[in-house]
Amino acid sequence: MSAVGKLFAGAAVAGAVLLGGCELGPKTTQQTGFRGTGMDQIVDPDHVVKLAAIPAPPYATPDDSGPRAGQTYQNVKVLGNVSTERFNHLMASINQWVAPPEQGCNYCHNPENMASDEKYTKIVARRMLQMTLNINGKWSSHVKNTGVTCYTCHRGNAVPTYKWAIAEGTPDPDTILRNKHGQNSPNASVGFASLPYDPFATYLAGKAQIRVAASSEYPSKDHVVSIKDAEKTYGLMMHMSSALGVNCTYCHNSQSFRSWTISRPQRVTAYYGIRMVRDVNADYITPLASVFPAYRKGPHGDPYKVNCQTCHQGQSKPLGGVSMLAANPALKPPPTRVVAAEGGAAGKAVPALMANPQAMTRRP
Amino acid sequence: MASYQNIFTQIQLRGPAEMGPALGGYDFPRLGKPGVSYWMGKIGNAQIGPIYLGGLGILSLMFGFLAFEVVGLNMWASVGWNPIQFVRQLPWLALEPPGPEYGFQLFVPLAHGGWWQIAGFSMTTSVLLWWLRTFRRARALGMGTHVSWAFASAIWLMLVLGFIRPMLMGSWAEAVPFGIFPHLDWTAAFSIRYGNLFYNPFHCLSIVFLYGSTLLFAMHGATILAVGRYGGERELEHITDRGTAAERAALFWRWTMGFNATYESIHRWAWWFAMLTTLTGGIGILLTGTVVDNWYLWAIQHGYAPSYPGTGVVDPASLPGASQ
Repeated sequence: MSAVGKLFAGAAVAGAVLLGGCELGPKTTQQTGFRGTGMDQIVDPDHVVKLAAIPAPPYATPDDSGPRAGQTYQNVKVLGNVSTERFNHLMASINQWVAPPEQGCNYCHNPENMASDEKYTKIVARRMLQMTLNINGKWSSHVKNTGVTCYTCHRGNAVPTYKWAIAEGTPDPDTILRNKHGQNSPNASVGFASLPYDPFATYLAGKAQIRVAASSEYPSKDHVVSIKDAEKTYGLMMHMSSALGVNCTYCHNSQSFRSWTISRPQRVTAYYGIRMVRDVNADYITPLASVFPAYRKGPHGDPYKVNCQTCHQGQSKPLGGVSMLAANPALKPPPTRVVAAEGGAAGKAVPALMANPQAMTRRP
Repeated sequence: MASYQNIFTQIQLRGPAEMGPALGGYDFPRLGKPGVSYWMGKIGNAQIGPIYLGGLGILSLMFGFLAFEVVGLNMWASVGWNPIQFVRQLPWLALEPPGPEYGFQLFVPLAHGGWWQIAGFSMTTSVLLWWLRTFRRARALGMGTHVSWAFASAIWLMLVLGFIRPMLMGSWAEAVPFGIFPHLDWTAAFSIRYGNLFYNPFHCLSIVFLYGSTLLFAMHGATILAVGRYGGERELEHITDRGTAAERAALFWRWTMGFNATYESIHRWAWWFAMLTTLTGGIGILLTGTVVDNWYLWAIQHGYAPSYPGTGVVDPASLPGASQ
């Protein structure tokens, strides 16, 4: 091979190595904010999460007439007020959504005595039904009218695919041996950045302050936040970005990540989502620590908990925004339970200008 | 191709090696038997060596090696001395500065940032010794010390990032980690924490001088190569005795943009642009967190950031009864 040939061959190899991580092919872009501010979403159609078929209901949803489940069956603690027919329909659906096919009803129930609470899975399932009702009622600020069902997270698995427990961590923090200080590892939970890879324990089980930028221009003794805290927050944001399959600018304006007045309304939805996940982890999953067997817990003995990925699974709206509540009315709490969404007006107060951002690029 | 439309150096000298002037009695000897490299001759002088390392050079290399080893061995230890994982994870691995709980404490336990302090001290010592070496070698050759002062500007930015600013903030945790991805993620986190560094006017200046440096370098290099056919690369001669190469180069730029630098002043342009890149950059970093806590708000306050129509979105935490 001539010297020039070698040069071209070398360049071709180097180019392939450098571009190996690129996603080739056409992209679709959509402007989502004022012109010139970089507010847009860039989507690679080849890498969009494919919608799996949502299983059809086992049979048509019965009406809410006839005897109540609490009258027909013993030991019905959550859905006693639902009609027996609807209760049976929901149980058949849960069979599809959660229970391993080879076990079916027996995954949670003792077939000799369906009312018995002897299996841990039944205790967990009851708590999860309460959680679902709570999410669909109290957290409409996040789930809107779409709501959630067991399928939103479980997708046919006994244990949802995407979950987290407190990370294994460092064997001995006082030595440098195998000590990564909780970061600097290629970890999927922070989008393979070198950022702290367990932001969940801090922000989704704990309630640490996510906001790191100052609210005043000049330094103040009331706002002492280390860059290390900023890295942790950044890690959480990388998780949200990859869990939802969106860019930073899906919620934020990169002019100021902190400022709300130039953010998109989606950021408000995400704000409530973070609080909802904290509520779910603190009130519904962590209290089940004594119920779960050891093989259903993380390396530190805490049960597997929820993060954004658990429901979203790479989509900005879980299941592509399809609501399964209409076919499963038992999972929607009666309207009396609905608490007014905090700041519900925020999402509505978007000026007409922003409803059609493309119009802003046209000069008068 | 015409022989003077060159990209690579066309002429290589062969002959007895140039050994440089005689050394004083107090100096270390020059090291190495000089050789000739055809390929190095394509991009520079074909003669390689001898090198003058001297006492400062030897000390500098020792401290530099120490810093390199401390960083590398800490990274290797963090993957349990596994050589395969060390290579695979190398871009992610880091030696992190002490946490905020240690403040600006002089001696931090080794595993909690003490090694970072040792590596940082060794690297700084190495760089400062090398600076002194460039100064002393320039003096020994009867040169001006321009190289040293340009180098000092880069050292200023390094010291602001790793020592002066952490000292003023009272926390080692403000300093940069050693590591490939970690120092990049640190940079992004730094900007997020301090409200977008793009609104820091000294950051803007630094970028102007950085990009300006590359532009000037391209303009100057292209101009001299373009007049190479008239002996234009003999720049020093043209400074005192302007020939047709200098006239044509000057005329080209005067016709193109109405103004031309001279064979002498273009080098002042280049030196100042390069030097001001890190000088202004260091000032910008130094003011961040010490004088200004949120550059975006500062820029809004001073009519420096453009204002765009708001989206009407309200901070949910500011609403009554909000959960934090």
